Amino acid sequence: MATTHASHHHDDKYYVPHDSHWPIYGSVSLFTLMLGLCGWLNEWYGPYVFVAGLLMVVGLFVGWFNVVIGENQKGMYNTQVDQSFRMGMMWFIFSEVMFFAAFFGALFYARQLSVPWLGGEGAKMFNKLLLYKDFDNAWPTNGPARVGPRDDGSFEVIPAFGLPAINTAILLLSGVTITIAHHALKEGKRSILNIFLAATFLLGFLFVYLQAKEYSHAYTELGLKLSTGIYGSTFFMLTGFHGMHVTLGAIMLLVIWLRTMNGHFTPQRHFGFEAVAWYWHFVDVVWLGLFVFVYWV
Amino acid sequence: MANTAHADHAHDHHDHKPHGLKRWLYATNHKDIGTMYLVFACIMFFGGGAMALVIRAELFQPGLQFVDPSFFNSMTTMHALLMIFGGVMPAWTGLANWMVPMQVGAPDMALPRLNNFSFWLLPFAFTLLLGTLFVPGGAPAGGWTLYPPLVLQGGDSFPFTIFAIHLMGISSILGAINVVVTILNMRAPGMGLLQMPLFCWTWLITAYLLIAVMPVLAGAVTMLLTDHFFGTTFFTASGGGDPVMFQHIFWFFGHPEVYILILPAFGVVSEIIPTFSRKPLFGYESMVYATASIAFLSFIVWAHHMFTVGMPLAGQLFFMLSTMLIAIPTGVKVFNWCATMWKGSISFETPMLFALAFLFLFTIGGFSGLMLAIAPADFQYHDTYFVVAHFHYVLVPGAVFSIMAGVYYWLPKWCGRMYNERLGKAHFWLSVIGVNVLFFPQHFLGLAGMPRRIPDYSTQFADWNMVSSIGAFIFGFSQLLFVAAIWNAVRSGEKAPQRPWEGATGLDWELPTPAPYHSWETPPAANILPKPGH
Ligand code: HEM
Ligand SMILES: [Cu+2]
Repeated sequence: MATTHASHHHDDKYYVPHDSHWPIYGSVSLFTLMLGLCGWLNEWYGPYVFVAGLLMVVGLFVGWFNVVIGENQKGMYNTQVDQSFRMGMMWFIFSEVMFFAAFFGALFYARQLSVPWLGGEGAKMFNKLLLYKDFDNAWPTNGPARVGPRDDGSFEVIPAFGLPAINTAILLLSGVTITIAHHALKEGKRSILNIFLAATFLLGFLFVYLQAKEYSHAYTELGLKLSTGIYGSTFFMLTGFHGMHVTLGAIMLLVIWLRTMNGHFTPQRHFGFEAVAWYWHFVDVVWLGLFVFVYWV
Repeated sequence: MANTAHADHAHDHHDHKPHGLKRWLYATNHKDIGTMYLVFACIMFFGGGAMALVIRAELFQPGLQFVDPSFFNSMTTMHALLMIFGGVMPAWTGLANWMVPMQVGAPDMALPRLNNFSFWLLPFAFTLLLGTLFVPGGAPAGGWTLYPPLVLQGGDSFPFTIFAIHLMGISSILGAINVVVTILNMRAPGMGLLQMPLFCWTWLITAYLLIAVMPVLAGAVTMLLTDHFFGTTFFTASGGGDPVMFQHIFWFFGHPEVYILILPAFGVVSEIIPTFSRKPLFGYESMVYATASIAFLSFIVWAHHMFTVGMPLAGQLFFMLSTMLIAIPTGVKVFNWCATMWKGSISFETPMLFALAFLFLFTIGGFSGLMLAIAPADFQYHDTYFVVAHFHYVLVPGAVFSIMAGVYYWLPKWCGRMYNERLGKAHFWLSVIGVNVLFFPQHFLGLAGMPRRIPDYSTQFADWNMVSSIGAFIFGFSQLLFVAAIWNAVRSGEKAPQRPWEGATGLDWELPTPAPYHSWETPPAANILPKPGH
């Protein structure tokens, strides 16, 4: 990576990066990962291929980001590149919002339309009269067949004002700590930055830990599983994808923290920090939606 | 890597190309990546086209001649997936890669490595998808719309299909982010948004649609996957879900998707018609607003694909009326194109011929769309060949013709050589005759009640099916002329001047011919920027 000419990239000059093997490597790794998943689901050699793919994907993130961080530290990126990164991240987060929107849509559809219809509401009264005589429109539900792990079809749900409320507080608090860290970064107060950034990712991991506890409680004691009808489906898919995003976000925060500990970022230029902060706020907001619509109302 | 990193600086000054396989595998150049997209799309068009010919061969006569019904169903499913996700979408991304940086005065796309990633995901995605032709149970056969519960009954192909769609989705989202960022951040200094050529505008809006709806498709197919393998009941009534819910989520993606396929075509046609009419585009700003309104409306019309599923009356009325509203901005566009030609001094080179065919034939597709939008009428037309005729009119002489128009139009700028006009015209006339012989009779078949996605049919439909199949083979084989025309141009075409079309305006035509490897290494001078509103 000879970059002796980096200083030539002034802001009045366009910057075009040199070629890279990471994109093709990334495509091969994602392909391996997905091929492995297909094989696994079809009961073939999948798990091995899947694990290989997973390791390759981890390598992808480490390797590609390493190059970008290195180039960035050498000052190869001008303000225009910085702006491209920012916009790219914003639009990426927008795509993530739409991904969650699909699952929220499924939740609202089930609660507002399909479950009431199964209960015989409106024009669908024959459902009640002929098909599902003893099914009433109610939420939570696992449907007319009461599908789920327990023989009697019963299940319990996690009340909003227990662990979920605590988790809400944790995520909101982490939103505060990262904002403090950001201000500290802009004012050059590095030790405050380091401490509050550490607090943020620790809160993130704490959230994931509590969520895992909640899951095991649901699975072992409440009869609430992914297969517990539409409630279990929406509950675990929404909170599960959110939990995956929190985990990723917390890892990203950890990386950013390691970078600040190494003296990366300046008060003026810290796109990496901001990108992660935006992402963190995004998972925070999704959680608020989950707390209200999945746990509470 | 050391030598390439060194070249990094040299790139700024010279037309220095990396060599060999690495140039393509490690590409960061928008033109190289654009070329790969276009070549890939071409291969997929021919692959999907071969499948279509299998379908038409089987339908040449009533009865079962060549394939068994389940393979027939695989062919319809795979044909659609290949053409939509492998053909039209990558072709548009390829054109965007080539043209957007040139038109906005940028050296390259904003995020060149991400650009390469978006491309290279595609061959792998389609390896997964095409691989299903060889797994037990065969390729997916439940239709490209993937409706449950049918799709859940597929064989081993099911997870391959889902993950292939995930890869395609990642590819198009990343590609779209790149286009948005290039347009918003890389425009030449002093170039306002309303100074951009319409191709950039329509692609900007397309990219927005892509980022908004591809994740929704990802969500939908993920729910299918967990319903199949992990016991969720999103689409199963016994668990409180609803198969119709899939249709809502799918078409929330699906209708914007059809505009993803057609909006860039509007852009290309809006460049070509003014050029060959030697007049500025009529109503530039109204074109931009019309495109934006089409995009907005495309989010609130999805259930016109579902009039017959038993929606509440209010829903049917809403979706019927909102769908009809789309005809207004679409009409604005059609009238603007006509007004652009009004009193122009028109010449009919191949790109213009394709653009004119687009104008006539896309409009026919729009009209049949309006007929389908009438809910009570759709009860009759739904799932018949009338729908097939509708969407092929908008997609083939609509999207595909304008892709070819764009290729003929910009080819001289890309490779520095002209195509052979006689070859181009022969290609055009055979295509336009073939496409109409192929698809127009399908309107009659549909109105007479012939269902779609069926390998055999009642003898009353025999005549028009035979005509349609003849058209299919004419159309399919005449596409070889397209390849011949390109091949011939690239190998031995006449040298093209800087502005091969006298009426062409825009930054892309200010560059030398062939366009330099890095388009605008220094920002274009203010006096060559397009005037606002042109
Ligand atoms: C004025 C504009 C349009 C209107 C009013 C319209 C209306 C409709 C309606 C109502 C249907 C559903 C028919 C049925 O299944 O019973 C339909 C199907 C379809 N349309 Fe359009 N459409 C329009 C433009 C377009 C465009 C521009 C494209 C693509 C470039 C397109 C592609 C399709 C496709 C692919 C289907 C069939 C999907 C399937 O079931 O496989 N349409 N259209
Ligand atoms: Cu539609």
